[in-house]
Amino acid sequence: MLNRIKSDFWYELLSSPVTVISALTIIVLVLACAFAPWIAPHTPFDPSTISILDNNLPPAWEDGSDPRFVLGTDMQGRDVLSAMLYGGRISLLVGLGAVALSTLIGLVVGLLAGFFGGITDTVLMRVAEVQFAFPPILIALLLNGILKTALPADVFATAAVPIMILAIGLAGWVQFARIVRASTMVQRDQDYVTACHAIGLPNHTVILRHILPNVLGPVLVLAMLQIAVAIVTEATLSFLGLGTPLTEPSLGALIQAGSQFLFSGIWWVVIFPGLMLLAMVIAFNLVADWFRDYLNPRLR
Amino acid sequence: MTAPLLSIEALCVGFPHRLGDFVAVDGFTMDLNKGEIVGLIGESGAGKSTVGNAVIGLLSHPGRITAGRIVLQDQDLAALSAKQMEVLRGRRIGMIFQDPMTSLNPLMTVGAQLAESISILQNKSLSEARIEAAKRLGDVGIPDADTRMHQYPHEFSGGMRQRVVIALALAGDPDLLIADEPTTALDVSVQKQVLDLIRSICRQRQLGVILVTHDMGVIAETADRVCVMRHGKLVETGVTADVLGSPKAEYTKQLIAAIPSITEREERFRNPARRTGEIDAWLLQAHDREENGAFLRSSALVKEFPAKGASFRIRPPAFRAVDVPPLEIARGEVLGLVGESGSGKSTLGRLLTGLLPITEGAVTYTDHGDISALRQAAQRKRFRRDVQVVFQDPYSSLNSRLRVDHILSEPIRFHGLASRAQTPRLVGALLERVGLKAADGRKYPHQFSGGQRQRICIARALAVRPRFLLCDEPTSALDVSIQAEMLALLMELRRSLGLTMLFVSHDLAVVRQVSDRVAVMQRGKIVELRESEALFDAPEHEYTRHLLNTAPRVQIETRNLEEAL
Repeated sequence: MLNRIKSDFWYELLSSPVTVISALTIIVLVLACAFAPWIAPHTPFDPSTISILDNNLPPAWEDGSDPRFVLGTDMQGRDVLSAMLYGGRISLLVGLGAVALSTLIGLVVGLLAGFFGGITDTVLMRVAEVQFAFPPILIALLLNGILKTALPADVFATAAVPIMILAIGLAGWVQFARIVRASTMVQRDQDYVTACHAIGLPNHTVILRHILPNVLGPVLVLAMLQIAVAIVTEATLSFLGLGTPLTEPSLGALIQAGSQFLFSGIWWVVIFPGLMLLAMVIAFNLVADWFRDYLNPRLR
Repeated sequence: MTAPLLSIEALCVGFPHRLGDFVAVDGFTMDLNKGEIVGLIGESGAGKSTVGNAVIGLLSHPGRITAGRIVLQDQDLAALSAKQMEVLRGRRIGMIFQDPMTSLNPLMTVGAQLAESISILQNKSLSEARIEAAKRLGDVGIPDADTRMHQYPHEFSGGMRQRVVIALALAGDPDLLIADEPTTALDVSVQKQVLDLIRSICRQRQLGVILVTHDMGVIAETADRVCVMRHGKLVETGVTADVLGSPKAEYTKQLIAAIPSITEREERFRNPARRTGEIDAWLLQAHDREENGAFLRSSALVKEFPAKGASFRIRPPAFRAVDVPPLEIARGEVLGLVGESGSGKSTLGRLLTGLLPITEGAVTYTDHGDISALRQAAQRKRFRRDVQVVFQDPYSSLNSRLRVDHILSEPIRFHGLASRAQTPRLVGALLERVGLKAADGRKYPHQFSGGQRQRICIARALAVRPRFLLCDEPTSALDVSIQAEMLALLMELRRSLGLTMLFVSHDLAVVRQVSDRVAVMQRGKIVELRESEALFDAPEHEYTRHLLNTAPRVQIETRNLEEAL
């Protein structure tokens, strides 16, 4: 059946079952999280729907469970499955948002540094290198800490998600800038760019219309890998108590909250969010790997 | 007659692909005797390199031998396992690759690389191998081999490097040598020396040599017998002088006819028929100015490139790439610029068209004035419309992400030469004007062959209705039959549109066919600049004579019979 497929893209994709499964996992998780308010069996953070009497119920296949709560409940009687879907929503939002921000900054800096070279390149890349010397999590911690003290507590609580996006996004742009700069420098010396100059096209047209599309391939791969990294960074920050508030927990915050009960036998509160995080990160990584191989004709 | 050293019988090589196998070599048969050079010639995609790779067992993945035999002295190589082939490689069969820049390890001294090969292939201790290596470097014509052994590949010139590669190929004293385009990356003057070396080694050591090349001149000067290949099939074979002198196959005749002559200017390039049409009328709209006098004048020009180095290091003096006296190009003239790699000819071309900043001097166009003094955007735009470029590499000179009609309409729209509604029709007409179909505009560059891409590049250059065309090695990356078509197209356009041209090339024959005047460049300087006919018929400067003498020619001479045996 595979032999009838003309398109290289679908052929390469379908001949890698691992990638297909990963891609499906991403699609299912993204859809489930995006439509959490409609899909989730409960609204876990609405106090009026929670009953403390339902607390610490095990998953449906264990003794003493309640069929209303498929993956059990936590100590406040919240449905674990629903909390995961709402939490995954925040994790994905932070992951995608942070990477979008990193990509945008990285593209601008990389294109400018690579195209103009000289002093522009030196200044921009020195700044990038200084930032690269700090671990991303440290930068995120720093930004988070500064904003926490600078903003009033209520503003900080409501702005948790944008703040996480900002912190993680600003920590991750250097890799994008480097990869874009390197590709831009290669493209800049190609004859088609010289031809653009010979036609007289202004620099911004050359950069945006001609060079940008030719450097997007590696950026796409890096972006996918970085989504996984950003999700993990967010989870780490939340686990450390610096991320989303407990009233609106992301996957990382759920794991942090649940970890306290791990040894009291209430394992489902931490294991299921943990598995979901794992699945998300592995799936993004595998799809990114496949994309890198697909875009590199030498590996085909 | 003894049995041949190597005989290839009905060899087929296929590259399996899910949408149907690609047959690279289809029933190829040849014999090779000791002390004989057999040339494999063909255009790109003919399967000539694949034959060489099949013999030495280095077919690129996923290619494999599907049928036929390769018999090297009673041993069928096609039936050997990868392990068994590994033993033969180097010991029985040596290989010389095209690019001497990449076939040596840049981190090892030349002597160490050679000694390593010798010690492995001949089971010698490293110290013995080192002594042997020095001797072998001397054998391939590297002077002062004892000292040069301790140098790294980057300290050698291209020709010297290729000599090292030859010494490496011979390290295991093989019986058979495969040379895959051994001189394609080299300048003509060095090419002759390397070919002479291969020839003399072949005779001395009684080696069988398979010489793979696309260059008829190389074959004519080096090979005893020749096999002409096309689409993986053997078209014609025989003694070189016979095949080149009186080719039987239609394809061989075409190939030989396509080679531009270095001894005279051919009529097809001198006086092409003039074309007139709707699109020509459009293209000529810009040409309402006078047609006599100088098109551009330059003062003495100097271009220096700063030496590379970290910001805080003391910099070595800048590299002077171009240092030429004042030049003038008349309206409608084609000035040829010829020289070897690194002579500064491309740099000079880019200085004259304002694509590189000039270190000293000025270029003045009669209609635009001094081009480095064009301050206003509108002035620069008007200048850019008049002067266009066609590049060497048809692959890198088109943006692969844009559709062809987009590539062609961008310059038209940018310079406001046609309305949005008119542009698609113009783009189609331009494509037809350069020999493509109007519908080709809907394709992407990778769907075209090298020659077709070069036509797109010409169409893009024409799209702004230029009056001056810089052709920077426009045919060097193309097969010889396509090269002739391209030259014919350029010459026809020049006549029909009254273009002025600067034609840069390393190929003397090509320059002779297209140029009115020719400048010969060496190390950034112009050594001779005269009328084309006079320069080629009676070169005055020693370097010009040297270039002309070393250029390979397809002249048919009967070789000494004893030598061939």
